[in-house]
This record gives sequence, structure tokens and C-alpha cells, in this order.
Amino acid sequence: MAQQLVRRRGTGLNLPRRRSNKVKESIMKKLKLVVVGNGMAGIRTVEELLALAPELYEITVFGAEPHPNYNRILLSPVLAGEQAFDDIILNPLSWYADNGIRLHLGKTVTEIDRVRRVVVADDGTEEPYDRLLLATGSSPFILPVPGKDLEGVISYRDIYDTEAMIEAAKTKQHAVVIGGGLLGLEAANGLKLRGMDVSVVHLGDWLLERQLDETAGRLLQKSLEERGLAFLLGKQTAELVDDGTGHVAAVRFKDGGEEKADLVVMAVGIRPNTTLAESAGLHCNRGIVVSDALQTFDPRIYAVGECVSHRGVAYGLVAPLFEQAKVCANHLAQLGIGQYKGSVLSTKLKVTGIDLFSAGDFIGGDGTEDIVLSDPAGGVYKKLVIKDDKLVGACLYGDTADGAWYFKLLREGRTINDLRDTLMFGESAIGDAGVQGQSRAAAMQDSDEVCGCNGVCKGTIVKAIKDKGLFTVDDVKKHTKAASSCGSCTGLVEQILMSTVGSSFQETPKTKAVCGCTDRTHAEVRKAIREHHLLDHKAVYDFLEWRTPNGCATCRPAVNYYLLSTWPHEAVDDPQSRFVNERVHANIQKDGTFSVIPQMKGGVTNSEELRRIADVADKYHVPMVKVTGGQRIDLLGVKKEDLVNVWKDLGMQSGHAYGKSIRTVKTCVGSEFCRFGTQNSTQMGIELETMLANMWSPHKVKLAVSGCPRNCAEAGIKDVGVIAVDSGWELYVGGNGGIKTEVAQFLCKVKTADEVKEYSGAFLQLYREEAYYLDRTVHYIARVGLDYIKAKVVDDAANRQALFERLLYSLEGLPDPWAARIAGAQKNEYIPIKAIA
Amino acid sequence: MNMPVEKPWLRVCAVDDIPLLGSRVVERDAGNVAVFRTAADTVFALLDRCPHKAGPLSQGIVHGETVTCPLHSWNIDLASGEAKAPDVGCARRFPVKVENGDVYLALS
Repeated sequence: MAQQLVRRRGTGLNLPRRRSNKVKESIMKKLKLVVVGNGMAGIRTVEELLALAPELYEITVFGAEPHPNYNRILLSPVLAGEQAFDDIILNPLSWYADNGIRLHLGKTVTEIDRVRRVVVADDGTEEPYDRLLLATGSSPFILPVPGKDLEGVISYRDIYDTEAMIEAAKTKQHAVVIGGGLLGLEAANGLKLRGMDVSVVHLGDWLLERQLDETAGRLLQKSLEERGLAFLLGKQTAELVDDGTGHVAAVRFKDGGEEKADLVVMAVGIRPNTTLAESAGLHCNRGIVVSDALQTFDPRIYAVGECVSHRGVAYGLVAPLFEQAKVCANHLAQLGIGQYKGSVLSTKLKVTGIDLFSAGDFIGGDGTEDIVLSDPAGGVYKKLVIKDDKLVGACLYGDTADGAWYFKLLREGRTINDLRDTLMFGESAIGDAGVQGQSRAAAMQDSDEVCGCNGVCKGTIVKAIKDKGLFTVDDVKKHTKAASSCGSCTGLVEQILMSTVGSSFQETPKTKAVCGCTDRTHAEVRKAIREHHLLDHKAVYDFLEWRTPNGCATCRPAVNYYLLSTWPHEAVDDPQSRFVNERVHANIQKDGTFSVIPQMKGGVTNSEELRRIADVADKYHVPMVKVTGGQRIDLLGVKKEDLVNVWKDLGMQSGHAYGKSIRTVKTCVGSEFCRFGTQNSTQMGIELETMLANMWSPHKVKLAVSGCPRNCAEAGIKDVGVIAVDSGWELYVGGNGGIKTEVAQFLCKVKTADEVKEYSGAFLQLYREEAYYLDRTVHYIARVGLDYIKAKVVDDAANRQALFERLLYSLEGLPDPWAARIAGAQKNEYIPIKAIA
Repeated sequence: MNMPVEKPWLRVCAVDDIPLLGSRVVERDAGNVAVFRTAADTVFALLDRCPHKAGPLSQGIVHGETVTCPLHSWNIDLASGEAKAPDVGCARRFPVKVENGDVYLALS
């Protein structure tokens, strides 16, 4: 024992210990996970699980179909002849092999022995399990009418049915589709394109009555009729008529009518496959009943997908299945922090050339209001349902470009007061349409550029979505780099996703986790830090059960900011959790050199400073000296090891031109010199910049003060813009001159310079306390609404003063970072190690 | 002083000279080397040049056994030098060891 300890202490590399751990791991028996169902929900869960805990399980998958996992959503394009089966395979056989998954294809599991913990397939194959995942999907509902078993009567569910329809279309002429829902219409459209005469029989009064209101349903019917489909609405099927040889000849209705048919497709709905679960004694009620952890009544057995009943709802669209997969994987990985709370659904019909979209409660009722735009001749209909100032439902026909946006508003549940006037005209009407105002992804050519930062065009994105089976904006970002830099084209990418994958599109939910290290949202992290007085990174990661030991490059800077802004003078600032610019207090350039921008309050300098700047530029061979947009002077191309000496020689303070922090207060010359100036705007700017020195914030903060409404300091595009008028000062907030130009909104008018400081300081403190990291003021205001800001900052004087005091308190005594480093702080950061050979 | 004679190990600094979850740069004519230290005190060395656009990896944020390049946020695995999927590329690795609290690097 003693010997061992000594030996361990002696080895600096710790290699022997690590090796023995590894050996232990490989000897340790892995748990056995058996997945029943080789479809999208089951395999998505496995994929999520492999990402979280690749070594935890030995995985076995049973699939009743003889194919690897394919994209069931794209069966309609296959039927329509727009894609081939190979195009829609999501996980080729090699994927299973690469991940060490044992795959039993063409085997149906018929028995679960919960006592022995073994599943048995129809061919006698047995597999033991420690955890079992049921993803048995659903079956088409077959109407219990005479003749349902005749030849030529099929359902529409899998690739087998699709191929049967394609075959039938070659020899048969008259098709009747029973069911005017999404699947039925897609089947009818596909058969029509394959050359058949198609009639759709539907019990309801209009098509897609669960997805559309009556007006939109009629528009849809009209345009499908123009494509040659016939419709029999309000008809109930009584019997399928035999032609005498056991093949179907016609459909007979309750009212006595008949429709000729040599192919009948039943698409009247789906039924969760619960036979297996029921035979094993698991509690089922229109689906296998699961908890918010996707766990069945047997704690070793989980279930996901269309076979599941969660809070009484069984989902038949893919987005909820994927949300379930994520949560289920989290629990299978023994992390135990995910929770599935149900999904808000949106629908899109995958019939090329017909655009419809619906989400939420689009019918409306008591206490709701409708905004309707109806242009039947132009084939456009839009209905938005609003309740309590929030969008609760949308139904779009003909022009669905804004579907993704409405869906986002709906899921976020934000108030739409400020958007109400333009809501109907979509995202482009509020100027939020991405690069160059393009809002119609569908109308774009494949060669059109979507992401200007990374040069990604539409075709590349569409190809990646199809080839790699991408379903989320994050996936697209990772694989194509589109929307991964400035993010201004995110909306456009969402639209492309939506038009490419239809209802399988997964909107980035509002409850977005900070990053992959946690499922917590920014709001939850902030709240925990505040309510539990967390003061350093470790406390946050421990308390919120981060998945990674020390976060990542995304969450660490955010957490660092939340700590500092919540507990000023108390929380520990961690330089290693700051982006290089904020750690080094200079701005990194593409060649690894830095830029140095000294503070020049209000853009005012003097001959002394200019001389020193010139001397520094000479002494350190600064390759470029440039005037910035913020009325300062930038020395570009300074080597890291020269930074501290440069600052020393400059003898000026840091301009914080590199941080998520106060940047600059731009001013005009104002009443001191200008013949139009009404107030001393330059002095006001200097005072504001002095007051806000060293202020960290969720994102950069820029101010401007203009001396008259001519607004030479461009205060209209600043986070806080101040415009002098003869009788006082007007304050504007939430402007932005960057990625997407945003005009600042009027906050209030004040009389004195002290009030300017108090009101703008209070607003900035509110932003500092409540905004999410990397939200500019415009994003923050968009989330909470300008009325909220006014209530907190303008109307409530006591709250305003309290905010202002908290701002001053948190800035009190903060040192100028350059002076601190000249005095020796963080010395090692700037000194490279000289290698002596 | 205790340097093994048979290997070209070069003492560069003490472990404590490298900040936890940080790095130091070893200057070298043939390209600087970034020496990283993880939270678990493991030390890694990579050529200070991101395989993407040659960004200085030494200036990135270190998390787990990964560094994120400061220029375009590529994630580079410290142990292998490989970029994390879906990015593809590799930064050169250098043998590094820690003995008695000192960091030794094998440059060649």
C-alpha cells in the first residue's frame, strides 16, 4: 500500500494509472440496450444517446422492415417520382456497423419477457436487455367495411405501400383515396403524377379540417382540382365492391352512390402500435403511456415515437418525435435531467407547388381575435389568431414564407403588441428578413447566396439537408457554416429547412439550452446564479449539473458575464473563461496580431495625445493607423508581447473596443461651436463615457449624443441615442448599425444632463441584469417589449433610481485594465516562452 | 538538470506557469508551439496554427481536452490535434511530458 502511494506520487505523467483505468473500463460489462423499431424515432434516440454516452451500452436494434432507417416523411416525393428510395435512407447499413450496433432486419419482436428481461422475435431470435426502448410506430387505420381485404386495397405507410402504389399506377387507371388528410392528399397527388385518375373521398366538410380552416380548405381544394384531382366531400364509405375475382372494383357510399376504383388507398388515420407493449402488460391508453422522461410503467422500458401516448396525446409528426428522442436519450444516458413537456405542432403539405402552413389554434374561439387577409383570386389566404396579445394560431395558404416566423412567435409566446400593425405582412415588414431583405427562400435560385459571411448558397444548404438528413438549424450551421457567423441569415436558413423537409422541420425552440453542455436555458442559469448566490464557475456547473467538467467556449463566457453582472465585487472573474480579446484587452486580428484603440471620450483628443500616438506608431512599427467609426484612433497590427509597452507609452486608458462592454459615445460638436447646436452634446458624451467606463454587458454597447435633431452623431442607430432639443434631451434605445440596421425607439424626453445619465444608466442596467448573453439591446427589447422598458425605467421613478444605483455600484472602483497590466497584472499572458535549444 | 540524456526533451516552464484551462506560447523559428494545461493538469502541445485559417490556437478558450480557435471557433482536440466534426483538419502535435512540476517538450 505504502509502496504504491509513493510510486504514484513519483510519476508525473500519471500514465500507469490512466492505463489501468482504461483496462478496467473495457473489462467492465456494458449495459444492454435493445431497441424495438428501426424507424426515425428509435434511431434518432440511438443517435442522441451515442452522442451523450457512446460507451455505455451494447445496442441491438430490431426492424420489421428489411431496410435500414429511412426518412418516412419523404415517401411522398418518392411516390411523386421526385426522389428515389436510396435518396431517403437516413442511416445506411454501414452506420450500424460503425457504431457497433447489432441489427436484426426483417424480424418482428413478438414477445417481451419482463421477468427474464428478454425480447423474442418471430423467428425465435432472443435478445436480453437491461434497458428496452420501444419505438414500434403506428399502423394505418383500416376502415372496418366489407371488402377491406380485397386485392387492390392498400394503405399508405411505408416504402412497401409506396412501391405497391407505384406498381399499381403502371397498370391501373382509377384510384380512390379514402381520407382527405395530409397523407391522403399526398398519396392522391403522387398517383395523379403517376398518370392515374384520382378521386379523394373525405368524410369532413372540407379538406384537412384538422390543419386548415374552411376558407383555406376550399382554396386548397380548388387548386388541387386544377391539377386534375376530383373530390367527394361529406361521403362516408359503406363498402368496397368486389369485381368477382377478389379484386376491388368500386367504392360504395352510405348515401348509395358509387365511385369506380381499381386501386383504393386508405389514409384515414394512424393507430399507435401497442400490441407488443400490451401483451407484455405495459399500461397503454391509445398509445404506450409514458412519463415526461419517456419512461413506461416498467422503469426499465422506455418508449418514443408514434406508438407513445404522452399526457394523453399521441403525435404523428416527426418534430415531436425528435424532441422525445432527445429527452429519452438523456435518461438512457443516465443523466436524468431532460423533460419532455409536449410539443406545439405545425403542418406543411408536401405537395410540390402548393403552399400551406398551419400551427396552434388556428380556428379560434372565445376570447380570441382574428386578423385575416383573403385574396381568393390570387390564391392567398392568411389567418392569424390572437389571444391576450399573443399569437396562438396561424393558418396560411398560398404564401407560407412567414410560416417559420409565425411558428416562432407562437412558441415563444411573446406579446405582439408592437408588431400588430404589420404582423400580417410577415417578417420582412418588420425589416427582419435577413440579408438584403430576401424573405422568400422558396423563390431563391440554388446559386443564390444565403450566407454572406461564409459564402454558402441555397443549393449547398438544400443538398446538405437532403444528403445528410439534417432537421435543425443547428445541424445546418454545423455542416454548411451558413448562419454560423453573424447569424443574420438564420431566418432564411429556417425557411429553406422548412421548404425542404416540410413538417419535419424542427424549429429552434424558445427554451433553447445555453449550449450542448447543459439543457438549461440562459434564463434558468441567470435565475440559479441570483437565487442561490453562486459566485464562481464551478458552483454554477455543479449546481446546474453541467454535462462537461468545465463548460465550453460558448457557455463559459456567458456564465462569466452572468456571475459578474449578478454579483459585482463578489463573483470571481475568470480570465480563462473570457474570449481572447477580453482577456488580453485588445482585439485579435486574422494574423494573430492585435489592434489597440485608446479611449477618446466623446471623440475628443488633443495634440499631446496625438503626438504620443504617432510616436507609438513609429516605435512599434504599427502597420496601419486608422480612424474608427466610433471617433477614435486604431493602431492595427500590434504584436501581443508589445501590448503592455504600447499602452504604457500611450499613457491613455483602454477604449474597451474589444469587449462585450461599453464601447464609445459618439458626439457631434454641439452648441460649443455648431451654429445649429442646442445643447453641449460633446460634454454630455464625455460625461456618459466617463460614467460607463469599464462596464461589461451582455454584448457591446454603443452610445451617441447629437446636439440637434440633424443628428450628426447618428444617435438613431445606437443602443442609447441622445438627441438634444432646445427644451432638453430626447432618449432613444435599441438602435443598431450592425448586421441588421435597426432604428432606435423613442424612450422618453428629459430636461437635464443628470436625467440623461440617470435614465440611460437605468436602461443599461436593466439590460445588463436581464438580457441574455450576446443579445444586443435591440434583441432584448424585442423580447420584453418597449412598454416593459418604459414601465421599469420611465414610469417607476423609484425603480429607475434603484437601477441607476446598482449600475454605479457595480462600476465603482473598477480599474482601467491597461493601467492594471502596466502595473504587472496577468504578466504571463503577454510573455512568450523563449525556447533555448 | 534531471533531463534524460537520450531524448531531446527541452524544459520549457513549470506547470504552474501555464494558467489552468489556458496556454503559453513557446517561440520557435519553425512556428510557435502552444502548450495547453487542462483542469486535470494534463499538458498538451500543438503547433500554434489552426488547420482552418492559421489562427493562433494558444489564444483560444480551453475546455475539457479541447481548444476553440479564437478566429472562427473551430474546436481542436488537444490530444490528437484533429478538428472536431464536422470540420476536418489537423494541427501538428508535439510530445510533451511533466516531471516534478516541470513541462518538457520534444521539438524537432
